[in-house]
Amino acid sequence: MTNEIPTKIVINCSTGVREVLELTQVEIDEREAMAIQSEADRVADEEAAEAKAEAKASGVAKLAELGLTAEEISAITGA
Amino acid sequence: MQAIQTVTVGSGGASSIEFSSIPGTFTDLKLLVSARTTGTGQTWQLINVLPNGVTANRSQRYLAGLGSGVDNTSGNELQAWGSSASSTSNTFGSVAIYIPNYLSSVAKSLSIDSVTENNATAALQLLTAGFWNDTSAITSLELTLNSGNFAEHSTATLYGILAGSDGTTTVT
Repeated sequence: MTNEIPTKIVINCSTGVREVLELTQVEIDEREAMAIQSEADRVADEEAAEAKAEAKASGVAKLAELGLTAEEISAITGA
Repeated sequence: MQAIQTVTVGSGGASSIEFSSIPGTFTDLKLLVSARTTGTGQTWQLINVLPNGVTANRSQRYLAGLGSGVDNTSGNELQAWGSSASSTSNTFGSVAIYIPNYLSSVAKSLSIDSVTENNATAALQLLTAGFWNDTSAITSLELTLNSGNFAEHSTATLYGILAGSDGTTTVT
């Protein structure tokens, strides 16, 4: 396993000078923080989508219990 | 529309690309990116968009097609997406970022379109309405990955767009 320091390309738009620089520890920490936040956001999105799907399925089931046909439920919910 | 600078990623890859010292001589900015990353897992990988290298005060809402589903999400980020190493070999995602009035002393809006390339069902298309609630003029623009690198041959070109005296865009 290598611990290679990530690099960034910086191009100065005014001079055209292009440099390849190693990330600073602050930038590495920020990158890791964004990765953690991104993963947390992804999990939260998935959980919200699952909760919404479960609520929809529950609602459809309750409509069926009330006696609505599948066509009527579909017309109301689009399901 | 005038090309300001182009970056092509070399054989070692790079975890981020930064356009620094952007001239304050244009009205709008447009950044076109052809991006493949070394990340694996999903066939796409997110690219953080950082005006002036800043993570604060960013927000977005996007509408996405996932190949076999849709998504509509908001959050405190500005994100573009490229093809990952799990995409079909030698394919690259395409990103277009438009920033009107980048020198403005009020908040800036960004439009970000991302399309990943993959010869399978799982590819991503996103239309993103972005917002950077900061009064600073944009003088640099950074694209970063949370892990891995931009793969060799990825490119990014920054364009400047100038409005004419009648307020319409000048084509040069």
